[in-house]
Order: sequence, then C-alpha cells, then structure tokens
Amino acid sequence: MTNPEAKLVCRNVWKLFGADAAGFLAAHGGHPDAAAITEAGLVGAVRQVDLDVREGEIFVIMGLSGSGKSTLVRLMSRLIEPSGGDVLFKGENLLKVSEKRMIEIRRHQMGMVFQHFALLPHLTVLDNVAFPLDIQGMSRAAREARAREMIELVGLAGKERAYPRQLSGGQQQRVGIARSLAVEPEIWFLDEPFSALDPLIRREMQDEFMRLQTVLHKTIVFITHDFDEAIRLADRIAIMKDGEIVQAGTPEEIVLTPATSYVAEFTRSVARAKVIRARSLMVAAQPGDAEGPTVSDRSNISEAAPLFLDGVSHLGVTDDTGKLIGRLERDAVVSLMLRG
Amino acid sequence: MTTSSPILAEADAARDQRATGRLPLAWLLALGAFLAFWLLAKPYLPTAFDYPKAHVIKLAKWISAAMKWLIDEASFGLFSFTDLTRFISAVLDVPYTVASSLLSTGFLEGSGSSAIQIVPPLPWIAVIGLVMLLGHWLGGRSLALLSGACFLFLAVFGQWTSAMITLASILVAAPLGVIFGLLFGIAAWRWRWLERIIMPLLDLMQTIPVFAYLVPVLFLFGFGPTAAVIATLIFATPPMIRIAILSLRAVPGEIIDLGHMVGCTNRQMTWRVMVPAARESLMVGMNQVIMLSLNMVIIASMIGAGGLGFDVLAALRRLDFGAGLEAGFAIVALAIAMDRLSQAAAEKLSAPSPEGRTTGFVAKHPYLLAGLALVLLTSALSYVIPAIRTYPEALQLSTGTFWSEVVAWINVNFFDSLEAIKNAMLLNVLIPFKRFLGDLPWLGVTALLGFAGFRLGGWRLALLTTCLPLFIAVTGQWEKAMITLYLCGISAVIASLIGLPIGIYSATRDRVWAWVQLAIDTLQTLPSFVYLMPAVMLFRVGDFTAMIAVVAFAVAPAIRYTALGIRKVDPKLIEAGRAMGCTEWQILTRIRLKLALPEILLGLNQTIMFALSMLVITALVGTRDLGQEVYIALTKADTGRGLVAGLSIAAIAIIADRLISAGAIHARRRLGLE
Repeated sequence: MTNPEAKLVCRNVWKLFGADAAGFLAAHGGHPDAAAITEAGLVGAVRQVDLDVREGEIFVIMGLSGSGKSTLVRLMSRLIEPSGGDVLFKGENLLKVSEKRMIEIRRHQMGMVFQHFALLPHLTVLDNVAFPLDIQGMSRAAREARAREMIELVGLAGKERAYPRQLSGGQQQRVGIARSLAVEPEIWFLDEPFSALDPLIRREMQDEFMRLQTVLHKTIVFITHDFDEAIRLADRIAIMKDGEIVQAGTPEEIVLTPATSYVAEFTRSVARAKVIRARSLMVAAQPGDAEGPTVSDRSNISEAAPLFLDGVSHLGVTDDTGKLIGRLERDAVVSLMLRG
Repeated sequence: MTTSSPILAEADAARDQRATGRLPLAWLLALGAFLAFWLLAKPYLPTAFDYPKAHVIKLAKWISAAMKWLIDEASFGLFSFTDLTRFISAVLDVPYTVASSLLSTGFLEGSGSSAIQIVPPLPWIAVIGLVMLLGHWLGGRSLALLSGACFLFLAVFGQWTSAMITLASILVAAPLGVIFGLLFGIAAWRWRWLERIIMPLLDLMQTIPVFAYLVPVLFLFGFGPTAAVIATLIFATPPMIRIAILSLRAVPGEIIDLGHMVGCTNRQMTWRVMVPAARESLMVGMNQVIMLSLNMVIIASMIGAGGLGFDVLAALRRLDFGAGLEAGFAIVALAIAMDRLSQAAAEKLSAPSPEGRTTGFVAKHPYLLAGLALVLLTSALSYVIPAIRTYPEALQLSTGTFWSEVVAWINVNFFDSLEAIKNAMLLNVLIPFKRFLGDLPWLGVTALLGFAGFRLGGWRLALLTTCLPLFIAVTGQWEKAMITLYLCGISAVIASLIGLPIGIYSATRDRVWAWVQLAIDTLQTLPSFVYLMPAVMLFRVGDFTAMIAVVAFAVAPAIRYTALGIRKVDPKLIEAGRAMGCTEWQILTRIRLKLALPEILLGLNQTIMFALSMLVITALVGTRDLGQEVYIALTKADTGRGLVAGLSIAAIAIIADRLISAGAIHARRRLGLE
C-alpha cells in the first residue's frame, strides 16, 4: 500500500492530549471514536491521519486554526510525541528511533520554517543562517561560506551583518528560509511561513518560494490556513478539520469534487479556470487536431483560453512528450469560465 | 472544549450574584460576631485574649538546639557539618580577599599589625578611570561622567576606603548571585519537580525580613566579611532564580521547536538557544541582584561586612548624625553609579549593535587595553607621586561638622514644633491604635482572618490565613506581632495617603510623571539603611521615628502602582467618557480610578511589603516589635529566637499579600478585566 516513491508516510497517526493518551488509544484498538475520546476527558488534536508525501512534491496541509495542522507537522518531525501510529521517513520509523538518531536525522535531513520566523535575536543574519551548521559542529569557514550561499539564494546578499530586529517581516522570513535550507534537508517543513506577512509581501514570497522550488526540487510539507495559497502552491492538498483529514488530493480534484460540504465551502469562491487543467476538460482527439494550435495537458484553462481568441473552435491537447492525447472544445472552455 | 462553558457561565453568574448581593451581609455578620466576641467574651474566655503561657510551643528553643547540634555534632561521615561551613567560608574567602586587596588593603604578607604590603591597592585615580571607561563603553559619555562623578564624590568626601570595602563585597556576591540564580533557574526550568520545591521556598525567602537571614549565617559562619558575603548571596539569589525561570518560560515555543529541529543536544539547547533567547529579561535580573547585594552588604555590616554600612551603624550608635549622613550620601552615590551602570549593561548586552568587523587585537578591544594601560601607568606613577595612590587628605572635604551643626540648629530652633508634631501623633493616633490592636482577642482575629480568606479565595486560602496567625499565637509572639502590625499598618496607611494623590496627580501629566518616576526610581535604589539617618536626626529614637522612616521607604510603590494603574486604563474608554460629556472629575472617579483599582490594590500590597521589610530595620531606632526580637537575637546569636520572630513577620507578610492579591483578582473579575 505504501507508495514506493513516498518520502514521508503517516500511518494511523494520533495525538490526544490528556492523561495516559497512549494507553487509552491501545485500549480502543487504535481507533477510538469521537464520543469515547470526549468521555475519557481527552482532546483529539490529530486523529487517525494517513498520508504519504512523495519525493519532490509540494504537499500542502490546509486547515483553519485549531484544526490540528500545526500539531500534525510537529508529529512528522517528532517535535511532539505522537500518541499512536507510525511516521515513516525514507522507510525508517521515526517513532522507534533513539533520541540520538532523531537528533542526527533532524540535523542533516530536515529543515523547518516557522510562522513567526523563530530567529535568534542575538545573532546576525549570517550567524542565524549558519546556526544549524554550527550546532552540527561545522568549522566557521565552511559554515559561513555555506550560509553566504543561502543568503544569496534568498536575495538578502549585503544584509549578512544585520540583526533580525533591523529587518522587515518579509526579510526575516527569507532569513528563516535560508536557515532551513542551509543543511540541504531532504524534507522541508514550512509551518504557515507567510501568514504573519502583509498580503502584498505574502504574494511576493509565494512567488519567491515557487522560484526556489523550481531550482531545488525539495520534498515539501507546507502548512497554511489560506485556501488560495494552498491552491496556488500545492501539488497535492490535505484539508484538515477537527484533527482529521477530510479530503486529500490534487487542487483540481478538490475543487471539482469536494468530498464534504465543509470542503465545498472553501472551493466555492475559487476561480475554476485557474485550477482545472486541460487534461480534465478535454474530449477524445479527432484526426487532424495535431495540425491546429495545441496546449500542454498540464496548463490550466485560464492559460489555454487566450489561444481561442484567434477564432479557432478547438485546441489539440498534448502530453509531456508532445503526443496528441485529446482536444479542448471552445464551448466547454467558455461555459467553464462563465460559471466562474 | 465548548461543552463546559454554559456550566461555567452559570457558576460565574452565581458567583457574581454572591459577590454583589450576599457579600456585604456576610461581612457584616462576621464583623458583628467579631465585635460581640471582643466586647463580651473577655470575662468568660480570657485565654482567647491572652494566649496561655503554659501552652506556648518552645519552637525557638528547639531550633536553637538543632542548630547547636548541627555545629557540634552533625556529621556526613567523612566530614562534619562544621567542616562543610568552614570549607564554604574558605572558598568564598579567596575571591573576597582578592577583591578587597585590589580595592582597599593591598596584597599583604602575614597578618594583623605585622602584615607587610607586597602590592599596593589600585590607585584611586585608576578605579575612577576604570569606572568611567566602563561607563563609556556601556552608555557613552554621559554615563561615564555620571559614574565618574559618583566615585569622585566618594574620594573627595573621605569615604573612599569604606566604599571600596563595600564594593569588594558586591563584586564577589553579585556575580556569584547571578551565576547561582541562573543555574538554579535553568535546573528548575528543566525539571518541573524542582520548580515545585523551589517556588514556595522562594516565596517564603522573599517575605522573611533581612535581619532574620543574618542570625543563622552569623551562627554558622561567624562574624566577618565572608559571612556577610554569604548572607548577601542568600538574600540576592532568589529573585534571580525567579527571573531566570520566568524568562526561560517566556521564550517562544517556536524558538524551542527550532532548537529541536536543528538537532540541538540538551546542552546546546540550554546554552545556545534558551539562555541567549532569554537574555533580555535575564539582564533585568542582573540589575536586581546587584542592587539587592548593595542593600544587603550595607545591612550585613551587623555581622562584620564593614564598609559604608558599618559607618552608618556606628554613627547611629554614637548618634553622630554628621558622620552617619556622610556615609549615607556615599551609599547613595555608590547606589546610583551601580544602578545606572548595570542598567546600561543590561541594555547594551541584550541588544547587540552592528559593528563593523575589525581585525587585530588592539582594534577589537580598545576599552580593555585602555583600562590596562591606565592601571599600569597610574600604578607606576603612584610610586613617584603618592597623591595618585591615595586621595590626599588635605583635599578631603568633610561635611560631617556641617551636618551636625544643621541638626543642632534645627533642634534649637524647631525643637518645640517637631516635638509637638511627634507628641500629637503619638497621643492621638499611634498609641490609641496600638492599644486597640493589643486589646483584640487572638482567637477572634484568627477567626476573622480565616473568614476573610474563605470569602476571597476559598478553603485553601482560609486554611492559610487561619494557620499563620495560629503559628504566631502558639509560639508566643502575639503581643509583639500586634506591635508590628500597628506600626506597619499606620505607616502603610500614611504612605498610601501620600502616595495615592501624588500618583493620581502625576499619572495624567507626562512631564510631571517623568520627574516623579526619576525620583521614585532613585528612592528605590537606596538601601533601606539610608532612610534611618534623617528620621533619627529630627525625631530621635522611638516609634514615631520608625514610622517616618518606614513611610519614606514605602511611599515609592504606592505612587508607582497608582500612576501605572491609571496610565494603563484604555485611552478609548477615556475618549468614550469624554464623548459622553463626563467632566474631568467624573472621568477620574468613574473611569480611571475604578479601572485602576486592581493595580492600586497591588500597590497597597507592595507598600505593606516594603513597610514590613523596613520596619525590621527600624529595630535599630528602638521599636518593641518582632523586628526588635530579631535584632536582639542577632546580637545574642540566638538562631531560634531570630528565626521564629522572622517567620512570624513572614507570616504577617504572607497573610497580607494573599488576602490583598485575592481581593485584586476579585476586583479584576468584577471589572471584567480578566
């Protein structure tokens, strides 16, 4: 069942707050229902979470405050000890490894960006970025060289000697990003990284983040409470409510077929043309489509629409290799866009 | 989580009803019962008025016996308890000897009068230069001038030697206090169980009067500067522990997460993440430790600290006002310099400023090198020009005679009016109140306190407020406790009567407040000893003098909390009041004072705590309360007597503190501030 290319897998992960949560979980066969939890005086922060994060994808966990998303991301790195379940990182069960091994894994394979930046106030930008390497015991010259590289990468060159309090919020988070990347993590956790920023800066940082990802191809777990942000950035989204994942899938799947009315509430205001891809709207190709204009099956409808301005009635749809796999009809596109 | 809220709301409503409807009635009933008991029960139940002597628990004797056993017999197998105390003394003696040799005596060979000076102490010019360099490094030119002026004052007015002895004790005690406090704080932060043990102890230690610390220290460590340093450490460390715990707890959770995410070990977590992240508030603790050390080193002159405190003490005993005032001013100068320097240090070290990277040792450490050069140069020169080593006596100014004459002049010209004021107060206020309190039945008071505890804070508080007065009664201290209560009560009332109007007046006037704040800040940095001298000068010994000193000492928190409380009131509410057409008077009485009430109550609480701590010291000017008990115990090295009296004072402090705090919480809740 485990996806072979999955980097991080959560299996039946639980976090209950209260006395002897682990014992309670075991007593209920690992699957207590909500009533039993309340009755036992426990609070279910994260309940029965199954998910797998694949190599190189941006996996967004979206939920409102109190939905358990921040707890879940901390369970994945064992910052919070789960009450039950398994967390497999590259096939290794994190809940079974020793404290020493866990420190090793965190030092070399994980990076995390925090909502409020969590920069150390007494260190300069350079020292903040070099901090994780310093903790590992790397020599000053080596870690500072690496840190300078990272500062360059996030566009803060020239600010190395500044202190966090002298930077704007957006700049501070760039430092946070640079720091989390300094160890070249295999998995990158971002806990609401842009929530504390102004809307304009947030947009800019999202673009910056996408730019970084096209260069770095990290495996990413991204936490947000902003559905638009999730749609914008995600390869796949998991939506959480009351500690449970109510739906997981690609942005398209979630927008097209919301699993519950709760999910539908979020998707209602999303412009479909920006989410739905040519692949989902196309019909079977007909001979001769290859001669006319074509679009990639991965482009979304709002990207394909301008091509119809030339007066054509349909577009050919091609896959990554350029092979014709379907056609996009003008009427279908128009009616989708009119629906909003 | 939301399921329980209706029940809570109901309980709240019920409580509110009780608070508004039934509370006065219950209080009236309790007071009525108390009055009836007081007025009617004496013939039938005399033991409720005077605690029977036969049933007094001889706690003091037991404690003394236990201490004696500790000294004479207790042993840990390999070494005895006395060995341990001697070892601690010996260890602490090393840094103290170095500091005092450096600053005052010079390094000596041999001892007593046959001692030969091998290396002389630092020249006075070097010390002033070093202080100015430190001031310049920490806070720029103005701080350098201020601290230099303070130290120059010490030299010019002939207080140099004493001041340097006092400074040496502080230089040993304060860093140790900071280090121990930080280590304990970290340990308590890391292990919850330790915090649970430490916290109540800290509470108790902060309410026990300073004199009471001196008695066991004197008994265990003897008389002398080292014992004084130990007493200072015991006194100054607890606030640092508390601040350390609080500031570590205040480190944001994300920073802790970060520490784990980058793979910190426990040690790295503590020293690389937590302590640096909490640095800003830890620095506040450092300032506190330094100021408390100064205060205690002065008081510890009673067990041989020497220095300025001893000068004040000796002057008090001789009633030599001039000398006492001079030493008092020197303490003030030292206090101001240390306070400003340590505050600047806190600011400087917690907010690093970006500095261009410089290379080379000289460029990196200009202040260190300048200091070294200064010391070497002045030391070398001092062999040629003696005036550089010790401030020339010919240039010393003495204001002692001047002050003595001022006092004589005041006494000649105003003796009658001062005496009249004193007598009027004594006859009309002090003595009647003292008689009234002395007359109250201990059983009735205990019951009333228990009732108050129950109304304000439930069963647990009731238990506390019943047991503590019982402790005072059964250890046979009731009478003296009432004298303490009477002096403390009157002083707190007068301090509040002075402090409230000043606080109210200055709260809404920013410029006035800036000056008032400067004044009370300065007042609070002064060691409590200093307050005695002017009061004694004018009114000689007795209860009235004690009261004046206590009021002067306790007025600062009354002003501060009143003003802060009023200033904290949401400006939107003031605006709303204006919009409704309130007059200034209505805004003050209906909005500002009402909402500031909890804060004002806390101010009252602090005023009482300050009054109690000062009251103990006024034992020196001849009160007859628990403080005097402690003082007598100190002169007789009677640990049991001193501790029991000290604990009784702590009991009074705790009762007052808990009741008023509970009242403040009540008020906050009623005002919807919580």
